[in-house]
Amino acid sequence: MALPKAKADATEARLANLTLPSGGADWAQSARQDALSRLSAMGLPGARDEYWRFTRPDTLNSPAPEQAALFQNDEKPLFEEIERLKIVFRDGVLDRASSDDFELEGLEIETLGDATAKDIHWAKDVFGVLETRGQTPVHRPFGALNTAFATEGLVIRATGNVTKPVSLIYRHEDENSDAMLHLVIKVEQGASLTVLENGPAAARWNKSMEVEVADAGSFHHIRAQGRDHERVAVTHIFARIGAQSLFKSFTLTANGRMTRNEAFIEMAGDEGIAHIAGAALGDGTFHHDDTVFITHDAVACESRQVFKKVLRNGAVGTFQGKILVKEGAQKTDGYQISQSLLLDEDAQFLAKPELEIYADDVACSHGSTSGAIDEDALFYLRARGVPLKQAQDLLTLAFLAEAIEEIEDEAIADDIVERLDGWLSRRS
Amino acid sequence: MLKIENLQVKLEEEDKQILKGVTLEVPAGAVHAIMGPNGSGKSTLSYVLSGRDGYEVTGGAAELEGEDLLELEPEERAAAGLFLAFQYPVEIPGVGNMTFLRTALNAQRKSRGEEELSAADFLKLIREKAKSLKIDAEMLKRSVNVGFSGGEKKRNEILQMAMLEPKMCVLDETDSGLDVDAMKLVAEGVNALRSEGRSFLVITHYQRLLDHIKPDVVHIMADGRIVKSGGPELALEVENNGYADILEEVA
Repeated sequence: MALPKAKADATEARLANLTLPSGGADWAQSARQDALSRLSAMGLPGARDEYWRFTRPDTLNSPAPEQAALFQNDEKPLFEEIERLKIVFRDGVLDRASSDDFELEGLEIETLGDATAKDIHWAKDVFGVLETRGQTPVHRPFGALNTAFATEGLVIRATGNVTKPVSLIYRHEDENSDAMLHLVIKVEQGASLTVLENGPAAARWNKSMEVEVADAGSFHHIRAQGRDHERVAVTHIFARIGAQSLFKSFTLTANGRMTRNEAFIEMAGDEGIAHIAGAALGDGTFHHDDTVFITHDAVACESRQVFKKVLRNGAVGTFQGKILVKEGAQKTDGYQISQSLLLDEDAQFLAKPELEIYADDVACSHGSTSGAIDEDALFYLRARGVPLKQAQDLLTLAFLAEAIEEIEDEAIADDIVERLDGWLSRRS
Repeated sequence: MLKIENLQVKLEEEDKQILKGVTLEVPAGAVHAIMGPNGSGKSTLSYVLSGRDGYEVTGGAAELEGEDLLELEPEERAAAGLFLAFQYPVEIPGVGNMTFLRTALNAQRKSRGEEELSAADFLKLIREKAKSLKIDAEMLKRSVNVGFSGGEKKRNEILQMAMLEPKMCVLDETDSGLDVDAMKLVAEGVNALRSEGRSFLVITHYQRLLDHIKPDVVHIMADGRIVKSGGPELALEVENNGYADILEEVA
């Protein structure tokens, strides 16, 4: 079916200045070409698309990004005290000189360029493959755009218990940068890997992460999307996880004009566990969208979606979360909660929780709430001598606690809480 | 210590006068009790003293050691030494009991210009106080009042009182929802805090709490006023004859 003209035109305009990367091996080139074909067929999102009802795609769609001022702050960088392997990107471009050597036991890291130039590479089974799976039943055009055009990125494989997290540091230094980054990650059977991401990355940021977790593997992902106020970002996680595997992802978003974080997770093996959580803080010009789709396609898997947003002064938060339980995925344990704390009357939260279940022996629960700070709790704290602002902050952190608890590593969680605390204490 | 003079209060939302001129003075070191039938304004008095929203003071005054209470924010009243033991302690999911108490204690100290308590000193103090109230480490670790039984909640109130060491303690129906053993434990906790420099205002429906916390003076409150004051024997009179006789007598 041909695209509506407006959509076709917008897609064409966006693609006009882009050229498919060259120099890749046949498998990589055809993955890119396929992605471009997918994108041309589906078109970029339009304001009338059902999946984009709550979030305007304009800033993400436009041929060029809007300028985004750099954000100066003297805050101590996140994860500073954590032993990790650091890899630095400046506006989406790898800075090898500022990065640690890609060497760690049980870990293989290559650039996307190097990996896709090889005729034979394991990444062939992941690159563009998981993204393609994520295009059904709902289109994710920016995922396809990324597969087709991203030249920067990493291909990471964990073959054992990787002792240090791989820490990707995204610096934003150019007010007009338009960056795409693609990560291909494979956690082999029984292996474990933690990936940290932090920083605002670029004026406009399109990041895609494809993650394959083999049986009994475990993957932890903690990211903080930087504090730049004007940047826009669209990110995707495409994950497929095996039997008895563990997948955990947590995202902190404080500030940012526009953020859409999509996650598509397939639970393909029995007794897998997938948790995805987010804490978002918005004040003023802030639109934050979590769009999550978890498919249970195996027996006795557990999934949790925990998303909390603190909004004020015109900030908007949206959540579209779905649990799909396929026929035969018995003993599924699915949980989904999306909540917003509206600190004033101007903030807005839009939520669309969905369950679609084709198995008869499952336990799925979901809830979505929107509210202000509990006046009774506030008075109780004040009556004990806690000043108003401090009491409000304490209750705000308490509201976010369930999402923070999804971070297993205590030191990392403490770092995130400190960041939240700082954000709150800077506001009156 | 606490001086309330002709205090008149109405509900903010509706035109309903609750307190119609309450006058009361609790000297330092004294324990006063307020008894009265439902709807007499006892709990309103405790809320107005502690600064809860929703009430409008239409006349009169309330002072703590000469300081005008009604001008202060709730946290300032707490720092000045006022403590309200809630009839219904509030559950606060996500805020650990220890964090809560430490934050409160240090906030009060800070506002009085005192040094904050170190984590180690705080821990030592709270363990000691918790032990005498039979509050275990598990309860301290949990979120404030979440999943606590009625008795545990009230014991937690007394623990907070013991930690914060207020000058003026207002106990709002602390006996409600307690069985005999729990009431005894709570009363012991209160009695342990009795001292020359600390006063208590014990609000209750029933005389039985006053068996354990012996008051110096008992006030009877009805229809927004103190209608009669006397010694502990007044509480016994209520216990034996109900409020009707007293109300008739003063009418």
